[in-house]
Amino acid sequence: MSALRQLRSRPWAKYVLPATAVVAAALFPFFRPPLDGLMDDCILALIFIAMALGLNLIVGFAGLLDLGYVAFYAFGATVVGWWASDHFTGVGGDKGVHVGVSSFVEQLPGIHLNFLLLIIGAMIVCAIAGAVIGLPTLRLRGDYIAIVTLAFGEIVGRFMQNGDEITIHGYKLSNGRESISPLDQIDLPFLKQFDSALNLRPFYWTMLAIVLVVLFVNLRLRDSRLGRAWIALREDEVAAASMGVPLVKTKLTAYATGGAVGGIAGAFYGAYLNSVNANQFVFGFSIFILAMVILGGLGSIWGVVIGAVALTFVNNRLIPDVLDQGAVNDFKNSLGLSFSFGEVAFGIFGFVLVLMMVLRPQGILPERRRQIELTENPGEESVFEARA
Amino acid sequence: MSVDAETRAEPVQPSSDGALLSTDRVSKAFGGLVAVSGISIAVAPRSIVSIIGPNGAGKTTFFNMLTGLYQPTAGRISFDGKDVTGRRPDIITSLGVARTFQNIRLFSTMSALENVMVGEHSRMRAGLFGSILRTPGVRREEREVRERAADTLEYVGLNSSLFDTMSSTLSYGDQRRVEIARALASTPKLLLLDEPTAGMNPQESARLTEFMERLRGERDLTILLIEHDMKVVMGVSEHITVLDHGEKIAEGGPQEIRNNQRVIEAYLGKQGG
Repeated sequence: MSALRQLRSRPWAKYVLPATAVVAAALFPFFRPPLDGLMDDCILALIFIAMALGLNLIVGFAGLLDLGYVAFYAFGATVVGWWASDHFTGVGGDKGVHVGVSSFVEQLPGIHLNFLLLIIGAMIVCAIAGAVIGLPTLRLRGDYIAIVTLAFGEIVGRFMQNGDEITIHGYKLSNGRESISPLDQIDLPFLKQFDSALNLRPFYWTMLAIVLVVLFVNLRLRDSRLGRAWIALREDEVAAASMGVPLVKTKLTAYATGGAVGGIAGAFYGAYLNSVNANQFVFGFSIFILAMVILGGLGSIWGVVIGAVALTFVNNRLIPDVLDQGAVNDFKNSLGLSFSFGEVAFGIFGFVLVLMMVLRPQGILPERRRQIELTENPGEESVFEARA
Repeated sequence: MSVDAETRAEPVQPSSDGALLSTDRVSKAFGGLVAVSGISIAVAPRSIVSIIGPNGAGKTTFFNMLTGLYQPTAGRISFDGKDVTGRRPDIITSLGVARTFQNIRLFSTMSALENVMVGEHSRMRAGLFGSILRTPGVRREEREVRERAADTLEYVGLNSSLFDTMSSTLSYGDQRRVEIARALASTPKLLLLDEPTAGMNPQESARLTEFMERLRGERDLTILLIEHDMKVVMGVSEHITVLDHGEKIAEGGPQEIRNNQRVIEAYLGKQGG
């Protein structure tokens, strides 16, 4: 434990290690074919890293347990669904509305915006949504915040799943469980339009760039006036308020910032999947992201990155490719058991979390603060915090 | 002895004009329970004033109203010429009121230095985007705040080797020091100390008493304290307000309070009853 802390305090571990990791990540696609299953998994891992880092701002830093983070994925993806598909056929006449899109997309009806605009739109929508979720929780603490955010996530999910029955001026809110599809391929200024059927590399690099920006934002905020205020709030709300930290503003900033990050990732995820799939807007998704944060270490930026990568690969590699195939599958069949591990994926995540809480409650790579609290100063409070 | 206190400081007359802090018949009821009832006090600038009273007299509740943690049920509070009744705690702090808590409430996973830096929150300007971009202005502010926080910790007498120690692993006395430093970091005009000597031995209490005098002299602070240690109370305060069952039963200089029949009864019970 102390060896790890020593390692992290060395300058080469602080700069050289992350820089090497970034270069390796950037070069990785050159070692794989343009269309590749592993690259697909890596893109998903990057998306989940961004989402988990966004949630970490809310839960890890500010200590506001948010169980409805899926709402930001839903909003982010819906922004793309609305403004980068033929969902609003008829708007702008037969020609549709087009801003900064390729000549091919310009022929299509509906609203079509450049992906950069969609990202900005998703950020704004989700920052507002975050503040709206935050409002009813301002007077609440701990578990009660969790209940309100949980309900909010459910409300958003249900609206999207039944959105085909809800119309505004004749336009459906969403396509319900049919999902809004197809969406425009990602189109960025100065770059050729992406094509997920031919080449995954541009998607990978774009998402990597987004993750780097999100990481940067996380690191900068952690060691800032705002970051300290969030942690103060997490530690002792009464004392924080008495020291001049405005509770409402500080909490809403946490929700809005975390939400905006989730919105960016959600917009990219939607565009990458080429559909706004309302079937994914469920409670389980929020828990999946939260599990990444807890597994990695609440409040620990690098821990959360590791947690997100680990769970993505458990979900997309370990379960379908290792457990449900080959030797494990044969062994399972030889016992006369007939089930697929994919069907009990959440059970497996739950088991991983239970193991984690028993063996290493501070997470894989814990935040320096929480680590000390849990290992050197065991008390009633720390036990409670590990649970939250 | 109290005589020292009286010769050392000019006697301060309580009156609401010219007072830094004054309350006008402030009350607080929790449901049917009246914790504080109609308390009026006036605290002159650069004075040291104590609030005493038996347990459950409503002293901390009164403090919590002064700092905005509780909304008074009735009455008005004015500070530095402004009506602050029911204002938010952070606003009252930014106007110049800082406090410590009866049971130390440091941010346990933050270092001593970071705790004090949080105290400067209301004096800082860095916003969300400034913090992300770390503009030259934000960078400078951050550096200045860090240096000032270190100075403040030095001022309260924390060993500089402990500045980066998690506050929860500090000794009790050091935690008290950090808490006072954190309160001082917001450059207050009025410092509220809630039982600052709780858990201290007589030598430490005496040192704290001296320190309060120093704070007033060097930092132009007005100090309002809740205290049980009568030696400290009588030694340091120019004016004392006594609460019992949520009501003000006496006020005056140390000598008056010492001889006040109602105060003696409140503490010791009625004689010959």
